[in-house]
Amino acid sequence: MNNLDKPVIEVKDLSIGYGSRVVMQNLNFSVKNGEIFIILGGSGCGKSTLLKHLIGLYPPFKGDILIHGESIVHAENGRKREIMRSFGVTYQGGALFGSLTVGENISLLLEEYTEMSKDEINKTVTEKLRLVNLDGFQDYMPAELSGGMKKRAGLARAMALNPRLLFFDEPSAGLDPISSAELDRLILNLRKEFGTTMVIVTHELDSIFSIADRVIMLDKEKKGITAEGDPRDLLNNSNNKWVKDFLSRLSLKRD
Amino acid sequence: MSRQRAPQLIEHVGEASIRIGRDCVNMLSFVGELSAGIMEAVKHPRKIRWKETLYYMDMCGSDALPIVMLICFLMGLILGFQAAVQMHKFGTDIFVADLVGLSIIKELGPLMVAMIATGRAGSAFAAEIGTMKVSEEIDAMETMGFVPCRFLIIPKVIAMLLAIPILTIFGDIAGIFGGFVVGSLKLEIPAIAYYNRTVVALTSANFLFGLIKSFVFAFLIAGVGCMRGFEARTDAQGVGRAATSAVVSAIFLVVVADALLTILFSMVGQ
Repeated sequence: MNNLDKPVIEVKDLSIGYGSRVVMQNLNFSVKNGEIFIILGGSGCGKSTLLKHLIGLYPPFKGDILIHGESIVHAENGRKREIMRSFGVTYQGGALFGSLTVGENISLLLEEYTEMSKDEINKTVTEKLRLVNLDGFQDYMPAELSGGMKKRAGLARAMALNPRLLFFDEPSAGLDPISSAELDRLILNLRKEFGTTMVIVTHELDSIFSIADRVIMLDKEKKGITAEGDPRDLLNNSNNKWVKDFLSRLSLKRD
Repeated sequence: MSRQRAPQLIEHVGEASIRIGRDCVNMLSFVGELSAGIMEAVKHPRKIRWKETLYYMDMCGSDALPIVMLICFLMGLILGFQAAVQMHKFGTDIFVADLVGLSIIKELGPLMVAMIATGRAGSAFAAEIGTMKVSEEIDAMETMGFVPCRFLIIPKVIAMLLAIPILTIFGDIAGIFGGFVVGSLKLEIPAIAYYNRTVVALTSANFLFGLIKSFVFAFLIAGVGCMRGFEARTDAQGVGRAATSAVVSAIFLVVVADALLTILFSMVGQ
């Protein structure tokens, strides 16, 4: 198995939750290189909680998460920060640092982790902003941007160090259908151009059918994965009524 | 009835004890993290975020200067008036200069500046970090591999450690001037006599004592403000509660530290 065939993320017997409350248990799945992998489920089922465990913000109750073959759960603090630096994350509201301009938000990572000169940093910032269709916005403060622009600026920041893996938390939430479709196109372009692996948490069915290679569906009652595979296959061939009902909301809407 | 209340009382006491215990553990772990951060900053001063540090120095220092000067001046004035009434009875008017000078330099100057800084900076730090937590900026910082302590706490602590002692010096001057106004206008003490008496009464050790206090207060206010911000819950009331808690905790700790330092310095003869 060469490096490209190795899973980028492996989740093994993972049990997660808050305090003493278990949200999901015994989760097992993996994400392949270059894949657009979607974590799907109803509101409050634990999608974002799972994402926060995957990116190392919360420790799980049990189990392991391997990123590029290395455990983020058991890594010591310094190594864990290095693993975290190897991927990018875009948050629901963008999570841009409010006291810095859009450009400074992106350049912060380059200043901290690279030996680039000021000119090279400025050039890279401009490139990243062009990639997310925000040319000329580097001097804007985050408060001056719309919701969709903040998300795109957050994506530009997440891509600053050219990560091979990107996580998205509800990228389409709160966006109008046009902005949402634009963001989907951007995600597909990034994968096409850079081969980036993407893990996306969402319940936007439009997005799922347009961009997903594979999905896992989380079930709140079962506290686990109820279906896994290509969303179109699941819609047509799944034996699980809940899965079919959930996914067919889109086809019903289209009828 | 009282039989029913007894278990409830025990339950409340137990819950409160657990809460206080947890708070102490959190505080200790925060102090540990902060100490490690400060050590790192001392070892690598170029890694300190100086731009942010200057911003917070401006916010906590120069922006607070007018209110600090006014309040300390009024404190000196009040103290002077209160002392003048009593001392005049014994014909010891000139000692108003000693009382005002020593009280302001050793006690009231550092304490009043600390109270103003708690209301302004302590609550602002808690609210700022709490809001960053709500908007997932802290999460973003962590996933970018940054240590939030370095970016969010160290600049604030350094700014406070530099700004508060300077503010205290200005506060001391304003307070002594308040006493001088009473001495000159009410007690009709000649300006030069009041000045000379103040110079005789105040020693460099008194001045240093006040400055050491202000350093400790600055550290406590900044530390508690940041800690409460990190503890903020991510609901609608979380940030408000964090700011309130920062002010209450900082005032409590400042007063406790003041008492301990006063006892300590009195033991070494100051």
